[in-house]
Amino acid sequence: MIRVAVQAAAIDVGAEFGRHDAGGHGASASFVGRVRGDGGLTELFLEHHPVMTEAGLSDLAHAAADRWQLAALTLIHRVGAMAPGDTIVLVLASSPHRSEALAACEFLIDRLKTDVMLWKRETFGDGRVAWVEARAGDAVRAERWG
Amino acid sequence: MALNIAYFAWVRERMGAAEEVVELPADVNDLTALLAWLAARDARGASAFAEPQRIRAAIDGVMMGPGAPLIGAREVALFPPVTGG
Repeated sequence: MIRVAVQAAAIDVGAEFGRHDAGGHGASASFVGRVRGDGGLTELFLEHHPVMTEAGLSDLAHAAADRWQLAALTLIHRVGAMAPGDTIVLVLASSPHRSEALAACEFLIDRLKTDVMLWKRETFGDGRVAWVEARAGDAVRAERWG
Repeated sequence: MALNIAYFAWVRERMGAAEEVVELPADVNDLTALLAWLAARDARGASAFAEPQRIRAAIDGVMMGPGAPLIGAREVALFPPVTGG
């Protein structure tokens, strides 16, 4: 079962895990990405494409399901305005085997940083506003997966 | 040729619009030529597309490289490298 979502509402990690794990799985790996308050950051805004963002997440989810033996996959990205501590992204990957669950989870978080139409804009307490620049290290990590 | 163009993130801010419909000259037939044409059109285009190597593009929902042809395209999305996750 694959569940992909792009949403402005807060991500309820506990509820999502409950839904993901409804049938029980041998091995479940998770990644939770949260907004950091570094440098006096007061708001993180995630811009997205109305169609291509969700399509990009769905493509990645299906690529993972083709590559590893997965029993369930949940991939949720929040968009819009967020505050420090809020959950931005949730990846849950389950399989009969831990190595497949862990690899799929890492693949998804690495590739969604480079392949999916999302852009971060930071606002700081002193009024500065800046779009986040893509990092070369993210591309290197994503390319490891071929 | 009429083409819908959608802009995102700082490209959208510099262009002052999220989307527009343009009538392209016949010789603007690939992404490289489109970026050069937008950069030469006005000050907003110049500020958004002065460094075309910083721009990524999708044609009708599919990510494309700089030399991709525009023949048959209905919508082009222009945006900076993505930064989600």
